[in-house]
Amino acid sequence: MDGDGLEGSVIIGLEIHCQLNKLNSKLFCGCSTKQQGLEPNTMTCPVCLGLPGALPVINKKAVEYSIMVGLALSCEIAEHTQFYRKNYYYPDLPRGFQITQYDWPIASNGILTVEADGEERTVRIRRVHMEEDPGRLVHQGSIETSKFVLVDYNRSGMPLLEVVTEPDLRSPKEARRFINKLRNILEYLDVFDGSLEGALRVDANVSLRGGARVEIKNISSYKGVERALLFEISRQQNMKRRGVKVTQETRHYDDERNCTITLRTKEQAEEYRYYPEPDLVPLSVKSWEPRLKATLPELPDARRERFKKQYSISDDHAKVITSEIRVANYYECVAGKCEPRLAATWVADYLKGELNYRDRDIKDAFEPEKMIYILEQLKTGIITDKGAVEVMRALLDEGGDPKDIILSRNLAKVETDITKAAVKDVIKENLEAIRDYKDGKPQALNYLVGKVMKKTNGRADPAEVNLLLRELLECT
Amino acid sequence: MALYEESVHKAFDRIKHSKLNAYITLDKEGALETAGKVDDGKVSGRLAGMTVAVKDCITTKGLLTTCGSKILSGYVPPFDAEVVARLRKEGAVITGKTNMDEFAMGTSTESSYYGPTKNPWDLTRVPGGSSGGSGAAVAGLECRMALGTDTGGSVRCPASFCGVVGIKPTYGLVSRYGVIAYANSLEQVGPMARNVSDAALLLDVIAGHDPKDSTSVPHDACYTDHLVEDVKGLTIGVPKEYFGEGTDKKVDNAVWSAIMKLDKLGADYKEVSLPHTKYALSAYYIIAMCEASSNLARFDGLRYGLRIGKDENWHTTFSRIRAEGFGEEVKRRIMLGTYALSEGYYGKYYLKALKVRTLIKQDFEKVFKGVDVLAAPTMPTTAFKIGEHADDPLSMYMADIDTVPVNLAGVPSISVPCGFAGKLPIGIQFIGGFFDEPKIIRTAHTYELNTDFQKLPEGF
Ligand SMILES: [Zn+2]
Repeated sequence: MDGDGLEGSVIIGLEIHCQLNKLNSKLFCGCSTKQQGLEPNTMTCPVCLGLPGALPVINKKAVEYSIMVGLALSCEIAEHTQFYRKNYYYPDLPRGFQITQYDWPIASNGILTVEADGEERTVRIRRVHMEEDPGRLVHQGSIETSKFVLVDYNRSGMPLLEVVTEPDLRSPKEARRFINKLRNILEYLDVFDGSLEGALRVDANVSLRGGARVEIKNISSYKGVERALLFEISRQQNMKRRGVKVTQETRHYDDERNCTITLRTKEQAEEYRYYPEPDLVPLSVKSWEPRLKATLPELPDARRERFKKQYSISDDHAKVITSEIRVANYYECVAGKCEPRLAATWVADYLKGELNYRDRDIKDAFEPEKMIYILEQLKTGIITDKGAVEVMRALLDEGGDPKDIILSRNLAKVETDITKAAVKDVIKENLEAIRDYKDGKPQALNYLVGKVMKKTNGRADPAEVNLLLRELLECT
Repeated sequence: MALYEESVHKAFDRIKHSKLNAYITLDKEGALETAGKVDDGKVSGRLAGMTVAVKDCITTKGLLTTCGSKILSGYVPPFDAEVVARLRKEGAVITGKTNMDEFAMGTSTESSYYGPTKNPWDLTRVPGGSSGGSGAAVAGLECRMALGTDTGGSVRCPASFCGVVGIKPTYGLVSRYGVIAYANSLEQVGPMARNVSDAALLLDVIAGHDPKDSTSVPHDACYTDHLVEDVKGLTIGVPKEYFGEGTDKKVDNAVWSAIMKLDKLGADYKEVSLPHTKYALSAYYIIAMCEASSNLARFDGLRYGLRIGKDENWHTTFSRIRAEGFGEEVKRRIMLGTYALSEGYYGKYYLKALKVRTLIKQDFEKVFKGVDVLAAPTMPTTAFKIGEHADDPLSMYMADIDTVPVNLAGVPSISVPCGFAGKLPIGIQFIGGFFDEPKIIRTAHTYELNTDFQKLPEGF
């Protein structure tokens, strides 16, 4: 199906949950947020286990981070913000309620623009609010076949930020771009590491114009968002085509099977009994705004403009480079030591290309120092473009030192006397072509250059060969 | 034998032969250990060697904490409540955990899963609730002082019924960290003792800012400094709404005699009005039940407490555990609270109750512009018979009419004995403005020094 042939009829809104995993401690207790690879239930305390009598205390830094995100998304920061209890029973929820925000989110009414085909789409941000993550259920096998479920509360109380958009997105591709851009901003703010497992989860609302709204829950991968939306839109279109009415419901996205399944219908709507959390007093956060505004780092759009000016690179290059903070930092590191435009080509086109091909992240790439070395060799003519690419590939696939790679693979251009010897040989072996050249057929020279290149296995510098040939031919 | 160890033995002997059922859990070993350390001079502090009993809804590390409920049977908390930590730091000897209405829901300590506590003045009567075990233990000499919690009068009611002193502090003065919540926005831990000076001493120890409780307020005061005999120039307000229908004639008389006594000692009194008092009871029960319905959701048998059933799905297991683990009164309040918070009723009940709460708070703020303290009956009657209200929960709720406005407003109040109806004690409460504990302690202390209602029940 052509996903982008749908524009104009598709309406998408997103609710994106991001773990503020750059914080040191959880949202309401002192437990660490670093729990990747820990044994289950080893990073817990009475507060995040919801033991009777334990009380939550708000992590001030989490509030600051949330305000910064609000500001980066051009939101209004609330005068007062307040936490609520969202009451429901689930084994991963140790208190029987989740502490979240309801009537008084910390930030609201923002915007974020994304690239739509041929235009910029302004997506309105309805609200940004804070909440805690519940624990994690671990099934033996699949949900259907598991005889029991294990509960890991390490994640319980992890600080989450939920970004809710208005239904302004028009295609799955735009939705994916929105999420990428949001991730990029959060990483620029240094409040989020999107590469950690479970860092980002998305619920999406999708409808065809005039049809009922369907909510897809629990999309937990970046790629899943686009795929889930494509599946759901196709499902709704098929229903429409067959004259079946789409009903308002909540569906679950099954990442493995790439399909959505009914979770509950409108009639089974959940009753959360929201009410203000009595253990947390309201916070007057508006007064925090000026101080945090002053500490906001340079954001992607600003950095892109600066790169264009400072390094005289193309808009396309600047865009690719700044669309991930790690790539931008990598580039700045290389551009500081090399010719910036050459660096842009090699980082944005070659390196990004090779990484994409390998489905890898810039943080898994080789160090910028190695890139600088490669570009230096290229600039001084030690290696060719082709050689440079080969060094990069070797570094990505096997690692090692670029210098060793150049040596062991004979990538350095051959010494001039070897070139000279080859030229002499070629002259001896191609008297006919030399006659042609002397008779005024300049294309014969190209033929000879080709012969020399072949003799040196392509390692000679064609310009140098050209020069040597002319010199020798003048003398004979 | 050493002095403090001996006093521990004495208290535990009395408890052993007691008919009161004031304790759910005893910790003789721990008590003797601490007392021994005090005797050896290894432990000191303001409460060194003094026996203190702790209500069973306050967590104690390593010591069974059940909230008077079957659902928490076997639950041993891994941490101390902040107030308990402060007791230990000052060398207190913790005797054990006192009986209470299940999850602090009640006015009689009859709803405890561990059986009702009896009133030391008359074993056929209730000690009041929900800190009935603490009240009875103090009155029956089974400890020197005790901690209770006061959500709608649950420290002052048993103080009144058992003839002892009880303080409900200003909301935010005492940390709630480690207090198993019934209705968080209303409750405070409060001291209970046989006289005002002990109660003030205990308050000194437990009051103070705790960063682990967001509602805890930084506020410095030394309450024992205010144990002075002087009420001259003090204006006492007498809220007429607290002497309404349902107030026992003997209670009315005793409270008025107390006011006249203070008048004679140099205070002035005048009648005042808190016009929204009549809405307090409904607002209180709505807020308390709403909060309770949410607070008690965590008791699902998954992580601690009662566990029944195996190889069933989670919904079946947790429903069964809650059905068997909670008593009638608790279930009633969870159901009502759940209903009142549900969509469509939230505005009708909960939000309206919050509005009433604001009005009641304003009533107090207004009245304290003209008076220093308020004087009123703590309970409209004396202790009632065990089982008297068993079939009519509403009639029992009515007994809280004079205590709940204080919790809704968050202001402090102290209850002290002010007479007897037959052999049953009567209590008067002095209510103060926010953080006016010094004033109400001074008033109560002066009154106590000039009367002799501070008696022991017959046979004790
Ligand atoms: Zn924790």
